[in-house]
Amino acid sequence: MAMEMRLPVARKPLSERLGRDTKKHLVVPGDTITTDTGFMRGHGTYMGEEKLIASVAGSVERVNKLICVKALKTRYIGEVGDIVVGRITEVQQKRWKVETNSRLDSVLLLSSMNLPGGELRRRSAEDELAMRGFLQEGDLISVQAVFSDGAVSLHTRSLKYGKLGQGVLVQVSPSLVKRQKTHFHDLPCGASVILGNNGFIWIYPTPEHKEEEAGGFIANLEPVSLADREVISRLRNCIISLVTQRMMLYDTSILYCYEASLPHQIKDILKPEIMEEIVMETRQRLLEQEG
Amino acid sequence: MAGLELLSDQGYRVDGRRAGELRKIQARMGVFAQADGSAYIEQGNTKALAVVYGPHEIRGSRARALPDRALVNCQYSSATFSTGERKRRPHGDRKSCEMGLQLRQTFEAAILTQLHPRSQIDIYVQVLQADGGTYAACVNAATLAVLDAGIPMRDFVCACSAGFVDGTALADLSHVEEAAGGPQLALALLPASGQIALLEMDARLHEDHLERVLEAAAQAARDVHTLLDRVVRQHRAELRGGHRLVLGAGFPAADPAHLHVGERHGLHHGGGAVCGRRPCPGFCPGLRRPPQEVGGSASGLA
Repeated sequence: MAMEMRLPVARKPLSERLGRDTKKHLVVPGDTITTDTGFMRGHGTYMGEEKLIASVAGSVERVNKLICVKALKTRYIGEVGDIVVGRITEVQQKRWKVETNSRLDSVLLLSSMNLPGGELRRRSAEDELAMRGFLQEGDLISVQAVFSDGAVSLHTRSLKYGKLGQGVLVQVSPSLVKRQKTHFHDLPCGASVILGNNGFIWIYPTPEHKEEEAGGFIANLEPVSLADREVISRLRNCIISLVTQRMMLYDTSILYCYEASLPHQIKDILKPEIMEEIVMETRQRLLEQEG
Repeated sequence: MAGLELLSDQGYRVDGRRAGELRKIQARMGVFAQADGSAYIEQGNTKALAVVYGPHEIRGSRARALPDRALVNCQYSSATFSTGERKRRPHGDRKSCEMGLQLRQTFEAAILTQLHPRSQIDIYVQVLQADGGTYAACVNAATLAVLDAGIPMRDFVCACSAGFVDGTALADLSHVEEAAGGPQLALALLPASGQIALLEMDARLHEDHLERVLEAAAQAARDVHTLLDRVVRQHRAELRGGHRLVLGAGFPAADPAHLHVGERHGLHHGGGAVCGRRPCPGFCPGLRRPPQEVGGSASGLA
């Protein structure tokens, strides 16, 4: 069995990224942003003795009269209409508590959950008792978020959402997932990916036929073929390399990264030099595609 | 200890510093990818590591949830190899509890807890090497970690210790100076407003001298703030530039080089093994090129 060992080396700074604006106004907590009282204060600021002071370390963003400071790394802050992937932590009366990497556990009400077969009816007492049969602690689900009083409220009104079957979960920072029209992607390489806005990314084998998905309750436990599993592992490593290089994640960037990684073995993708090489190639292709 | 001069006639301390001079500070943020925020700081030979999780749902008993604020939970731990003699410290012992409580009071004053009702923020601090000023190093490391996690704070919290010898106030005491038995004061300050988050002293000091010692500690804390500010900006510049490779669990440990603890030594040993000098003097005498450091001594920054 071959083992790989590395010795500590000094970190080398990479070249500056092309086209990235480094001229943003960076602040740290305690810095005064402005003394002009005409501005409204947004997230990341607080009012202290006639001055607007920053409360997080980040860049100042100004939209007309609103000033806010966007921190580089935060937990997921829910917004209406986001798609998230979460894990059930608790089964309570009439609702489930879902962990979504946000400040409080999100709530999935029984009435917001679609029943098997997609039927629409009032939830009865039997449904309440059978809650644990639908979703248990530890299950992964994909849902749509409805933001409310501090805790995110979730619903799975369409059959697209529901319990997830076999696949791989990658947890990244929520700020790296690009906001797009759709978050469910079927990649041409043979796997599908769900990019949750909360930073949870689910990679799974593309189901052969898109029959009427039964709300995802029937967990497909057939063994996944080796070819599919290799594609999924490679995608997972590609996503990790994009994340360590702080690149935004969306279907095109993941696909280009996958293609750039094909010449290498799957386990080599995580080595720093190969990671840099792949991501640089991805960046190059993305720039060419844009410009 | 008879014969050990804490302050010589020319005004030099045991380690060659002046009365108001700080030890060399080096810090790094974002050392762990799996935690929400993390930081590592070295103040001279004192090394502390802080990790922050949160804000997240209250674990354990729901009854502890505060309806209008976040709960701040601090835990302090001292490694068995941190002092001159290896000493096993059980987890709930008195010193750890007291330090945890002090850290909690300090951070409850600084973190804007009203913004996160019903949630919990965990701050874990571990001292890897204790050479005096452990409370100060813990507070400084925890400040950087809370900043790294993006939790809103009123201001930085910068801390420093101070003592009093021969009519002069000394800033940033090392272990030798603390063990000599004179009065020692620990101060945690919010630099922008000058407000004190925590002030602790457990020795006898004449009230006439208190003003001077307090001023020395406050000035030292402001100097620490300058350094920490620089660390944060540099960290952010690195993140924006995209050249940070962060080690994390869940991602296989592909590159142990990014545990920066061995980094400085690796530089002059040609990328080879970590040098085996024990105890680490805090600097490498065989250095031909200066190490890439982000802090420096704050002398002359008055």
